[in-house]
Amino acid sequence: MREIITVANKEFHDGLRNRWLLSITLIFAVLSVGLTYFGAAASGTVGVTSLSTTIASLASLAVFLIPLIALLLSYDSFVGEQEGGTLLLLLTYPLSKNQLLLGKFFGQGGIITLATLLGFGASALLLYIQHDNFAIIETFAYFILSATLLGLSFTAIAYMISLVASEKSKAAGMALLTWFFFALVFDLALLALLVSADSGLSQSALTQLMMLNPADVFRLVNLAGLDSTDVNGALAVAINANLTQGQLLLILLSWVIAPLAMASVIFKNKKL
Amino acid sequence: MNSPIVTLENVSKHYKNLPALSSINLQLAQGEVLGLFGHNGAGKTTMMKLILGVISADAGNVTVMGMKPDNKSAWHMRAKMGYLPENVMFYEQLTGLEVLSYFSRLKGQSTAHAKALLEQVGIAHAMDRQVKTYSKGMRQRLGLAQAFIGEPKLLLLDEPTVGLDPSATAEFYQSVDRLKTQGTSVVLCSHVLPGVEQHIDRAMIISGGKTLALGTIAELRGQANLPTKIKPLGLNGTLANDTLLRPYLIGADNLQVPEQEKLMVLRHLLADDSLRDISVESANLEQVYQYYLQQKASTNPEKINNNSATENNKAGA
Repeated sequence: MREIITVANKEFHDGLRNRWLLSITLIFAVLSVGLTYFGAAASGTVGVTSLSTTIASLASLAVFLIPLIALLLSYDSFVGEQEGGTLLLLLTYPLSKNQLLLGKFFGQGGIITLATLLGFGASALLLYIQHDNFAIIETFAYFILSATLLGLSFTAIAYMISLVASEKSKAAGMALLTWFFFALVFDLALLALLVSADSGLSQSALTQLMMLNPADVFRLVNLAGLDSTDVNGALAVAINANLTQGQLLLILLSWVIAPLAMASVIFKNKKL
Repeated sequence: MNSPIVTLENVSKHYKNLPALSSINLQLAQGEVLGLFGHNGAGKTTMMKLILGVISADAGNVTVMGMKPDNKSAWHMRAKMGYLPENVMFYEQLTGLEVLSYFSRLKGQSTAHAKALLEQVGIAHAMDRQVKTYSKGMRQRLGLAQAFIGEPKLLLLDEPTVGLDPSATAEFYQSVDRLKTQGTSVVLCSHVLPGVEQHIDRAMIISGGKTLALGTIAELRGQANLPTKIKPLGLNGTLANDTLLRPYLIGADNLQVPEQEKLMVLRHLLADDSLRDISVESANLEQVYQYYLQQKASTNPEKINNNSATENNKAGA
């Protein structure tokens, strides 16, 4: 345990030193405060829009940003140390591969978690102070929890990439492709499938397919709690499926654990 | 106490189809310093990785402090092993002290211990500066401090003196000598280094994953039968008339004498009153190393070349 804490502590402080925490928190805060107050600008009014609109637009922006940030933060975590020679050195220490993996995960995951909490929490607090409505805190709590899990999921995916890649530049390319796939291609493919399958893709089949993408699970968690009037597209169909927010959060959690377990297996078989 | 720290029995390791080590046998006693010599790709680093337990042998047994180093139950003893990799880039954005504190904590040591080590390797003045501002020599010292964490019982050093200036090299060898007296076993891995001879107990020369020679430098020199160079001064060419010394003469006032006849020749020379000065130069490690590599080349039929054959003849004359 001491080893995990030592590694986590180092990774967390790296995140502070590189201004990662500061910049991610700022991005999230500006994004959420901006959307909360100016989200309705398109309809001609400036001011706080409805809570569901705010969460809906926040979710659709966060779903692109959070995976990208998590991948950027962690893609070189292992391949970088491998190139520097410190990975080999660390493995000659009384430290198991899993301890190193978990230590890094807790450290960098801590950065993502804290940034999400502070960044989005700021606007939640601001809204709550103005409206004094406890529903705001509750809705934002789900949003922040799911956003954190989404970030952690892509941190774990980044570790898989970092352990598979032999060079830092290759890892960067793979991270970009991964983001492109989950954030854009997956949904487009799903939409194409929906349109082309004349026989009609059943609602439950569509929802099940969406479970294969952590970004979609994240969207579902946040939209499941809202009036579906603010949501359109393929998601609107899926929302009506009968999965509770709790179940969806559990699925998102398994999207954190599964890639982490995979990363552990890859690390175990990695040649040094 | 008397059981060896490291034992390798018939150890072989290959990467895909490339044999990295074949049938290596080695015993390293407590407090012994072994020089491991070989050119790039000879298998030095593979051997270190096997001893460290980072990789597992394909055949044979590796035992370190009575345990199999690649076994999970042996991890606690890793705190008693120090390793300096050949090329290591420490975390550039961290300060020297932060880097060393991190590694110290992983071995269960304190920041105070890290500070003392930085003091010992002579970079305490730069411990609050980022590693990216360090010179090559300072980085190497930081690496050494890292290997010394926790007063290890076994030290594996890959090219430890690369980038060190002569005085730092001397300090490094002093540290090795001090650790040796404390009972630390050391494996010094390198290309042939000038000045390393006095600090190692035994030398092992490997090439292509095979042991070419293993023994004390005196033993290796004896086996190689390399001549000692003796240069007497003040004899004014009378050597050519000396029937005893004439066979060894290779130039004016320049003798090449087989190791076992060295003392006889020296006594003979010292008896001469006109002798003003004398220099005796035994074959150095470099020459011993070259000898064994050439031996290997000449036993390998594809690599026979006339040049090395005549070299050998000359040396034997």
